[in-house]
Amino acid sequence: MARNVPVLEIDAILDDSRTRIVVCCGSGGVGKTTTAAALGLRAAERGRAAVVLTVDPARRLAQSMGLTELDNTPRLVDGTTGEGTLHAMMLDMKRTFDEIIEAHADPERARQILTNPFYQSLSSSFSGTQEYMAMEKLGQLRRSGEWDLIIVDTPPSRSALDFLDAPERLGRFLDGRLIRVLMGPAKAGGRSAFKLLNAGFGIVAGMLTKVLGAQVLKDLQTFVSALDAVFGGFRQRADQTYRLLQAPGTAFVVVAAPERDAMREASYFVERLAEERMPLAGLVVNRVHLSPADALSAARSTAAAEDLEARGEHELTAAVLRLHAGRMQLSARERREREHFASAHPTVPLTLVPAMPVDVHDLEGLREIGGLLAAP
Amino acid sequence: MSARDSDWDGVRLHVVTGKGGTGKTTVAASLALALAAGGRKVLLVEVEGRQGIAQIFDLPPLPYEERKIAVAPGGGDVYALAIDPEEAMLEYLEMFYGMRRAGRMLTKMGVLDFVTTIAPGFRDVLVTGKTSEAVRRRGKNGKRLYDAVVLDAPPTGRIARFLNVTSEVAGLARVGPIKNHADLVRGVMASPETAVHFVTLLEEMPVQETLDGITELRAAGLPPGGIFINMVRPALLPETCLRAARQGRFDVGELALGLKAAGLADGPADATAVAEALGAEVAEHARRTELEARERGTLEKAGRHRYELQLLADGVDLAGLYELAETMNNQGAA
Ligand SMILES: Nc1ncnc2c1ncn2[C@@H]1O[C@H](COP(=O)(O)OP(=O)(O)O)[C@@H](O)[C@H]1O
Ligand SMILES: Nc1ncnc2c1ncn2[C@@H]1O[C@H](COP(=O)(O)OP(=O)(O)O)[C@@H](O)[C@H]1O
Ligand SMILES: [Mg+2]
Ligand SMILES: [Mg+2]
Repeated sequence: MARNVPVLEIDAILDDSRTRIVVCCGSGGVGKTTTAAALGLRAAERGRAAVVLTVDPARRLAQSMGLTELDNTPRLVDGTTGEGTLHAMMLDMKRTFDEIIEAHADPERARQILTNPFYQSLSSSFSGTQEYMAMEKLGQLRRSGEWDLIIVDTPPSRSALDFLDAPERLGRFLDGRLIRVLMGPAKAGGRSAFKLLNAGFGIVAGMLTKVLGAQVLKDLQTFVSALDAVFGGFRQRADQTYRLLQAPGTAFVVVAAPERDAMREASYFVERLAEERMPLAGLVVNRVHLSPADALSAARSTAAAEDLEARGEHELTAAVLRLHAGRMQLSARERREREHFASAHPTVPLTLVPAMPVDVHDLEGLREIGGLLAAP
Repeated sequence: MSARDSDWDGVRLHVVTGKGGTGKTTVAASLALALAAGGRKVLLVEVEGRQGIAQIFDLPPLPYEERKIAVAPGGGDVYALAIDPEEAMLEYLEMFYGMRRAGRMLTKMGVLDFVTTIAPGFRDVLVTGKTSEAVRRRGKNGKRLYDAVVLDAPPTGRIARFLNVTSEVAGLARVGPIKNHADLVRGVMASPETAVHFVTLLEEMPVQETLDGITELRAAGLPPGGIFINMVRPALLPETCLRAARQGRFDVGELALGLKAAGLADGPADATAVAEALGAEVAEHARRTELEARERGTLEKAGRHRYELQLLADGVDLAGLYELAETMNNQGAA
């Protein structure tokens, strides 16, 4: 790595009892879930009472942590060593949403909401629901006080920023002006600005009836007013979790693959965290390709392979040299991406995790990744 | 149009899905070129508002308007359209209700945003509706305007919902105009003129998602198409050598001799050291190819046509798209 790039000291973070929340974020497929699980295991084996909140573990990884059911509660993971404990859970976003409704509405109103077709659609497919519910669950785990370290994986959005933006978007949406318009005259009455909206309401309702049909509009209104009664402070709730993420006991670990798109996302995210005054621990560059024979350059390797091929000798050696040249080229490209990031963000600590030849899907594999994360 | 030998003769709508980042946009764009090759007219559609087509073809952002973006090998035109749900709604309101101005007002009040946020099914039906309109559209001569339409679709996790618009919308609108529109669109999506292709890598998660996606489509009565295995690396080493490496029997001695012959070593000790380091690299590569072979085997069991697209060493650029299109033509995908 380039000189002077600060090192991300994973063990120092995990061992510090003031660290209470670690958030693993990054763009899709870079290794957030794997990193979160590996950090959880390492923390537990170094003595902490840790819980990992995963969002979308690969099937075999979930099985290896005993997550065979999606029951929305943390389960003790068997097979860890040492004093600490590791619990793991998989987020069930619909259930989490249902539970919020059940906790905040009287049974009749809760029933009205839960059976409304718009609620069912919103709770299972709104693109920000998963992000919001991950935040909500994080808040719940934190309030329960049962764990001294919570590691959160973030949803598989294309963009890492979605995790920060979606809850806010959902909150704003549910508190929105249009919701008020849809709830009709009763709710919007009073101030003059709303009078205008009232006039608008008749026209809007007329058009919506024509296009959507009367029943749809009625369902929509029922849903909105039932939800409104429950979520008077929906936005405050999102704000509360947001503040939790700004607290000093939180550490954001940004994960990226050493490719242009992922590194660019990581860059955006690092800048955004600074703007939001959220504590960044550092960047994990995952799935890095290194070579055990890196003294032999791609150029020399290719030239030698060409030479052997021209002479028709040592066919196997020539093939191995071609393989090695490809590896060195990839490695060089990845290094450029890292250096590019490091020059734009010279103070962000970095750690590298090599690409394993096979998928990571058991505790042994996670332990190995944990070791690599912590290696200087 | 003269029939050319391909695995998808008769298919007019090619939907391309896959796990995020596996190469949906790349494959959709190359497939459009491959289908247009030899003088046909193909429309490439994107729906996620990302301007992925413009980026990949190195063009300024595309408007909500069909325009020619590329010429295919041997003549043939690729048109592109970035569907914006808001524009699609305005068009829909105008076409079916003659409500252009009222539509603008709804948009201004954030109604579209609201309705599609709370019920993504409505957004989907607008987008798939516009796509199926392009599939069915006829020119002045009464023939279909486009020989094929390629849709760069949402990822695997959302594809069945996205295409299965009727049931998505049914919960929300049991009767009425939206329901009728959804039924019509679903008719196109479920017809034998449609094929839903999957893009995957030879890795566990995308392969699993592909299999799950195929099952889900079948259950929804939608037509699964082929599997595009993307970013395939060339096989550099013979299988016997790979097998030996896996079993720890890789011949380091022979490699050391070869290195010396190539002038890459200063003396025997150095030759052995370099050979051992390279041997470790070979062993790792061997394990990787073993895993890839396993994933390939898993994909075979899905019983769908499979195509292998090469990893482009320098990343995807325009020339790369043509290379991938040629691979598709050679393998019978188009
Ligand atoms: N360092 C690594 N080496 C090899 N494979 C890895 C590595 N990190 C992650 N993977 C694999 O990559 C895939 C995606 O990882 P995952 O953690 O689920 O990503 P994300 O949560 O960011 O989408 C999984 O199959 C995982 O086993
Ligand atoms: N065959 C290929 N060879 C090399 N790079 C590829 C190939 N296919 C896709 N890519 C690269 O992989 C990344 C993801 O591809 P993209 O088509 O945008 O995927 P998706 O639309 O599924 O998110 C892009 O950076 C793209 O350039
Ligand atoms: Mg994940
Ligand atoms: Mg794409």
